[in-house]
Amino acid sequence: MIFSFQLLFEAILFGILLGCFYAAVSIGLSVAFGLLDVPHVAHPAVLILGAYCTYLLGSYGWDPIVAGLALMPLFFLFGIALYRFYYETFEKRGTDAGVRGLAFFFGIAFIIEVGLILAFGVDQRLVEAEYIGKSLSFGEMRIPLRMLLAFAIALVLTAALTLYLSKTFTGRAIKAVAQDEAALRLMGADPVRIKQWAFGIATGVTALTGALLIIIGPVEPMLDRVYIGRTFCVVVLAGLGSMTGTLAAGLILGISESIVLMHFGASWAPAVAFGLLLVVLGIRPQGLFGR
Amino acid sequence: MTGIKRRGVLVAGVLALAIGAFASPALAQQPIKIGHSMALTGALGGGGKAALIALQLWVEDVNAKGGLLGRKVELVTYDDQSNPATTPGIYTKLLDVDKVDLLIAPYATVPTAPLMPLVKQRGLLLMGNYSFQVNSRVQHDMWFNNAPWNVAASWSDNFFKAGKKFNAKTVAFLVADQEFAQNLARGAKSIAATQGLKTVYEQNYPPTTVDFSSMIRAIRSAKPDIVYVMSYPNDSVAIVRSVNEIGVGPSVKLIGGGMVGLQFAPVMESLGSMLNGWVNYHTYVPEKSMEFPGVKNFLARYAKKAVEAKVDPLGYYLPPYNYAIGQMLEQAVTATKSLDHKVLAKYIRENEMKTIVGGIRYGKDGEWADARVVMVQFRGVVDKNVEQFRQPGKQVIVEPAAYKTGDVLPFDKARK
Amino acid sequence: MRRLASPFGIGAAATVVLAGVLALGGANEYFFFAGYVVLQFVVLATAWNILGGYAGYVNFGTAAFFGIGAYTSVLLFKSLGAPLLVQMAAAAVVTGLLGFGTGLLTLRLRGIFYSIATVAVIFIAETLMINWRYVGGATGLQLLRPAPMLPFETYTRMLFFIMAVVAVLAVAIARYIEISWIGRGLRALRDTEEAAECSGVPTLRLKLLACTISGALMGVAGAPLPMYLSFLEPASSFSLNYSVVALAGAIIGGTAHWLGPVLGAILLASMQQIVTVTISSEMNVLVVGVMLVVFVVAAPDGILGLIRKLRRPRAAAGKP
Repeated sequence: MIFSFQLLFEAILFGILLGCFYAAVSIGLSVAFGLLDVPHVAHPAVLILGAYCTYLLGSYGWDPIVAGLALMPLFFLFGIALYRFYYETFEKRGTDAGVRGLAFFFGIAFIIEVGLILAFGVDQRLVEAEYIGKSLSFGEMRIPLRMLLAFAIALVLTAALTLYLSKTFTGRAIKAVAQDEAALRLMGADPVRIKQWAFGIATGVTALTGALLIIIGPVEPMLDRVYIGRTFCVVVLAGLGSMTGTLAAGLILGISESIVLMHFGASWAPAVAFGLLLVVLGIRPQGLFGR
Repeated sequence: MTGIKRRGVLVAGVLALAIGAFASPALAQQPIKIGHSMALTGALGGGGKAALIALQLWVEDVNAKGGLLGRKVELVTYDDQSNPATTPGIYTKLLDVDKVDLLIAPYATVPTAPLMPLVKQRGLLLMGNYSFQVNSRVQHDMWFNNAPWNVAASWSDNFFKAGKKFNAKTVAFLVADQEFAQNLARGAKSIAATQGLKTVYEQNYPPTTVDFSSMIRAIRSAKPDIVYVMSYPNDSVAIVRSVNEIGVGPSVKLIGGGMVGLQFAPVMESLGSMLNGWVNYHTYVPEKSMEFPGVKNFLARYAKKAVEAKVDPLGYYLPPYNYAIGQMLEQAVTATKSLDHKVLAKYIRENEMKTIVGGIRYGKDGEWADARVVMVQFRGVVDKNVEQFRQPGKQVIVEPAAYKTGDVLPFDKARK
Repeated sequence: MRRLASPFGIGAAATVVLAGVLALGGANEYFFFAGYVVLQFVVLATAWNILGGYAGYVNFGTAAFFGIGAYTSVLLFKSLGAPLLVQMAAAAVVTGLLGFGTGLLTLRLRGIFYSIATVAVIFIAETLMINWRYVGGATGLQLLRPAPMLPFETYTRMLFFIMAVVAVLAVAIARYIEISWIGRGLRALRDTEEAAECSGVPTLRLKLLACTISGALMGVAGAPLPMYLSFLEPASSFSLNYSVVALAGAIIGGTAHWLGPVLGAILLASMQQIVTVTISSEMNVLVVGVMLVVFVVAAPDGILGLIRKLRRPRAAAGKP
């Protein structure tokens, strides 16, 4: 295999871009699972749903990013409905929500998959836009615009969510609900409404990152299975509920995949990511940047 | 509730299953049943759905002509979900419950592989459906593949022949880490070795790879003359895009080879002009040299159905060859007036099959005696237009000589 | 309870005899193909439930154990030509050890973290097999299976019978665990692990035991797969479907009782088999999805819970 510092540098650079993409598609889960403790295994399915909705709007001539932004309110409402249902059937009943909640979200994921197959067929779908397939040149180096877009979206989302969670009242309430529900109740806030709101935000954000997904590459209805591992890996690696941690964990995953790919062969890349996850879980279950 | 009662529930469940399996109507003068499974969901679903339309068209046609041996023809189709774990069960059901008369293999190699011992053991005729070297281990003499290739080398030698035009010295390989791709790559590597090409880069990548930028960069810095890519639909798209973004450098004269997906209309349409210059394998393109009798008419009828069913509207890859499976069975049954698998297999082995994809003669291993994998180069493709691919000249056949409709151009030249 | 002549013992023996009679008798070959798959899921769901149902640790790595069981068989078959029963025994040992390993993880991981760790095991195992050319690598491996053992007419019939025996054994083990001190201990640690620990329950030992047994059974379920398919390749052997159906079977049936996973797996797997050959297509995935959602929402204690609910009013009415 070829080795040079030039290539290593490039591997790291592309790892950063890829890592930002991983962070972006995981950040909704970081709120839903990390902060709210909802075992949202349907998150990747919602992500693919977002990608397909973007595709649908794209076929009417919408720009994918615009479409992703436009879908956010819709997905926000969807998230609220989903959480409400989850709350009424599981959290409210109390004990042992874990296993059944997990099973419930798996069911939802399968139903979304089948719905997408019925609506769009099983072919790969992709979108077109001015910035897809182009790149920026820095001397010898050319960086795909779509990866830069992933980079930008990840940074914006991380910053926006971090600020929202620390500066606004609702944001702080969301963080509080994650730590101490009873205390929040004493303050006069309704934890269920707060959680519902937060889950809506998580789902809304996922619409935009779904648009990002289909910008990065083609999607097909069963693609969510690939992302179950990756998104949970990022969120757990990050330590639950930390937005900057999510970004950092995405970067770790992206860079390690990229370096392994360059120097050991691409077929080892997935094992490295999950090996890393196992090691972290074994040594530091609260994640690298956990609370 | 006693243990016995509980056990009774269990037994009842098993029995219910058994009864369901046994129930099959016995009617006199039944139609001729042709059984197969097809990937309608899962990774191969896109191709599978298109192929099914073609088979159904054949059934329509043959029944319009009065059927086979005076009996109607009926297709029994199950979805194997692209999963090899389902096919042994499905085919046993086809044989033992549905009592089909003839069998067609599932689409692609992996779902077919578990069936080979079964058909060999029972001595059954199996019409292969775009699988690759699946019979090499079992050596079943009643197996006939519809795909126009035989040994691994038959896929790639035309690609490397095209490479000879450029006096290529070095080659890079980018290969998906999966069954089919790995087999093909082995063939490609042996050809490259016999041509004295030096391998300067070699990469296997896993099927879940998201971004190919790093690999394309590595290829660029290895400066090969030829890049041989063996990829699956999702990856093919990502690789074409990455090459468009990052560039493979001026050294590369020829790139492509074994990319699955660049034959599918939705992919071709959305990649558009990014495809220009790529040289890739194909089995049928609407060029003058491939105007076999009947194929145009078939494709026109196929296109109508495909649009309704939301599948590939062009149908240049699997569909004509699936129609050909039907034609081969039709020819063999009509000529021998028999449904005996041994008789049919003997006939197919010894005679030329006349189909809408041309005449086919089979070799000993049940693959085409003379392979016909053409290498096409995308030229003058514009964005967002699927209809353009129906005209000749967009996918120029550069090899083999017998079907050639144009000379291969260097990659960067063909992109201008 | 554990006498040979207990009702359970008789039922178990009857099931084995029935399976044997069917396999020797004239039943349709397809029945054995489909029946094998159903029984395989009975084993997987039962094995899953030992850890997931009794102890509350949701193992998502069923596919990893199943696949490694299958690959152990291939390895032994290819290198030594070992007979099937040896392959299965070896698979039990290998996956039992793997189960022990994941059991050590429970020292630090609970709840969904444990589940995520087990998902990681699937991906790692699959990647290892993809890169291991000897057992076929990404390409997979076609195997020519030997002649079936007497008195069975075909290999599939033999496999069906063997899987039936394994299923009965798995259920017997699960039942034994459930009614013995092990089950009581596991239930105690499911409710609150700290309290169980404090009141003298050897939680770690119990968890390790449950993980090992559960893992070994999953491996045994996977061990005959290469012979069943006469082919093996990584993507389908490590399919997430095995994890989901094992979990879904147990939850749909009811996790509290050994009969739950049996019922759930039979229902789910035979429905899947039937749907595959009747309505076909997308409906297969939909069946699992809809049943999961309907059951966890409407019948949280599974089929057994439903039955109990239906019985209770009558039982109450019968009392003076």
